[in-house]
Amino acid sequence: MAQDICLRKARVNQKLKIKTVGAEGELGRRIRDLGLIPGTEFQVIGKAPLNDPVALRLRDFTLTLRNSEADYITVTPLED
Amino acid sequence: MSHYTIGIAGNPNCGKTTMFNALTGARQHVANWPGVTVEKKVGHIKTNTKSIELVDLPGTYSLTAYTQEELVARNFLVDERPQVVIDIMNADALERNLYLAVQIMELGVPLVLGLNMMDEVRKSGKEINSERLAQLSGCAVVETIARNGEGADELLAASLDLAKEKKGEWSPLNISYGPDLDPVLDEMVALIEAQNFLTDKVPARWTGIKYLERDEDVVIKGRMVNTALSDTLESMSKEVSEHTQKTLNARPDALIADHRYGYIASIIKNVVSYPVLDADRISRSDKMDRVLTHRILGPLIMLGIIYLIYKITFTVGEIPMGWLEALFGWIGDTAYNTLPDGHLRSLVVSGIIDGVGGVLGFVPLIMFMFLMISALEDSGYIARMAYMLDRIFKIFGLHGTSVLPFIVSGGIAGGCAVPGVMATRTLRSPKEKLATLFVAPYMTCGAKVPVFLMLTAAFFPAHSATVMLMITLAAWAMALMVARVLRSTVIKGASTPFVMELPPYRMPTLQGVLIHTWERTWEYAKKAGTIILGISILIWAMMTFPQLPEERQAYYEAQRATTQVEEQLAALDNTEAEEAIRHTVAGRIGMALEPISKLAGFNWRVNIALTGGVAAKEVIVSTLGTAYSLGEVDTEESQPLADRLVADSGFTAASAIALIVFTMLYAPCFVTVVTMARESSWSWAAFSVIGSTGLAFAMAVLSYNVAKVFL
Repeated sequence: MAQDICLRKARVNQKLKIKTVGAEGELGRRIRDLGLIPGTEFQVIGKAPLNDPVALRLRDFTLTLRNSEADYITVTPLED
Repeated sequence: MSHYTIGIAGNPNCGKTTMFNALTGARQHVANWPGVTVEKKVGHIKTNTKSIELVDLPGTYSLTAYTQEELVARNFLVDERPQVVIDIMNADALERNLYLAVQIMELGVPLVLGLNMMDEVRKSGKEINSERLAQLSGCAVVETIARNGEGADELLAASLDLAKEKKGEWSPLNISYGPDLDPVLDEMVALIEAQNFLTDKVPARWTGIKYLERDEDVVIKGRMVNTALSDTLESMSKEVSEHTQKTLNARPDALIADHRYGYIASIIKNVVSYPVLDADRISRSDKMDRVLTHRILGPLIMLGIIYLIYKITFTVGEIPMGWLEALFGWIGDTAYNTLPDGHLRSLVVSGIIDGVGGVLGFVPLIMFMFLMISALEDSGYIARMAYMLDRIFKIFGLHGTSVLPFIVSGGIAGGCAVPGVMATRTLRSPKEKLATLFVAPYMTCGAKVPVFLMLTAAFFPAHSATVMLMITLAAWAMALMVARVLRSTVIKGASTPFVMELPPYRMPTLQGVLIHTWERTWEYAKKAGTIILGISILIWAMMTFPQLPEERQAYYEAQRATTQVEEQLAALDNTEAEEAIRHTVAGRIGMALEPISKLAGFNWRVNIALTGGVAAKEVIVSTLGTAYSLGEVDTEESQPLADRLVADSGFTAASAIALIVFTMLYAPCFVTVVTMARESSWSWAAFSVIGSTGLAFAMAVLSYNVAKVFL
């Protein structure tokens, strides 16, 4: 089993699964409203020119979030 | 005749507005929701037996109360109780789109699901069993393709059927939120029902959920209705929250969301089937993103696109602008020739026609800019721009999308702050929007360019290009720094979370873009007839009254009578014009300000010009000409004025630098101020006028004194 990491540390093209979402309040709600909940599988598809924000590809759509927000999310890398 | 109100809800980028346009065509009007700047669109459909009012709710992902959009959408459902809600969904991302639908179902409003973008779903090889979805969700389901209007009629028919069937009755969906929350929720429901707490508007269970979610809006309303019960519910919620925090490391709102998604997952499993090898399929949109948001290529392409928008707006827009100017010139000439000499003629020509004409002259610019921005927005590119630039703008407390208003306002010298300020609508985050609004007018707009050109040509003839570039860069630097200061003082607060969807690239529809452009243009043109007319008359009066006393006028008449020489006559006219403008309110203000403005190296002549510049920056050069008794100065041919300034020992190179700085930063022109008020509030617009002018003066004094030492 791969070690859980913080989403900020994820590499481009890495496939991951959300373990926990630690954010509360407005941020937490926005993250969940857009479908980032524990168990969601996704792939990091890109980082903006200055490495922040990151773009994530979920099964049906693409999302971006800042590194400062990615800090609240821990993920499990998926072997493939 | 039966009357129906139907709300249209949906996620952003789900094709909701396109469907709304397809359903209502041109029979729609736009306003703002009461008290907020969120757009309200209403369309009417009338048949022989029915009148239907369609209300396009703001695009939201959820019905919480964190953003204005969400609050507006929710309050509409709760307070207006529409007979039916249509939820337009991007069927290609059904799972996430159902999250909003589930929340509407929990509220209980009769719901029709519009499965939009079915063409994309089919193309991707996905299959959606909409009958099964209807069974499992208990909602009517209609497959649609908003872009070509497919399914629009069926959607409306299904809604009307449902409205007739339900007769305004709500049947809320009850989902289990797990063993920790369900018992508490049941207790809450019992208490709420026993005291009829808020039950005239919303289901008891819904209120309970909102207390568990710590929804401030509902809690505040609850406290006002029944403080005791509200306190009980709050403490129940707090207790269970502490418990789940300890045992599950999650707050109730997170648990509720998880269970909603669980409920959705159980539906989806039976409804959507993905093609095999889906994981390796790379959609066209993703391929485009590999180039368009590439680390190096992406920003370069973006620069190109921004430059193109800018070029098209100002080169193509200039052509109809020229026609409008010619038209107003002709109207002005006609009025001038028909009306007898006197105040009335001056009022009509200089006050009304020039004032309103100057404002309407911007219409083509606004049209072209919105045409392109609407197209870019609908295509999904604006979200990519925000993504690529966010990091840089975040440093200054702004948002990735702030770049567009800056550029349009004159980030590349020659823009215009009016469409720039209107472009701040693409910013969804309120704090970043206010900061952007405030500083966008610092950019070098087309009206400031002649002032800068004249001054650089006069005082730094060898380096005019370099100086112009420095001015443009200084404007950016000031705008970003002031934004930073604003964001850490007046509009303090953490940056709005940047959790954003990158919608797939789509071809914008012509109808959508045209409707969008028309709405904005019309809104702007309407203003010209009202507020702006009033202000332009006021400014005309300030620069006209009081007039020279009769004996002075008679004196100039007499002088003119004694000479026949053309040049002397012209000189006399100019001296009279100078004396006349000194005598007016604007002139008196200019002279009264001299003791203060001396600190920045400005004399009374400059002061008058700057006062006039509040109306429109174009006026600065021509007023300066009048004040230096040169008569009217053509802004394109300002050589005589430049010579006069250089010759004036009271106006040095240091004054010129101070004047450039002041012109860059001080109060935006009045059309911009009105537009600003429209996009934010009058108090914010007033703050911008006062704050920017204060800053401009401080900076001008500073640069005058520094320049004096070095030059």
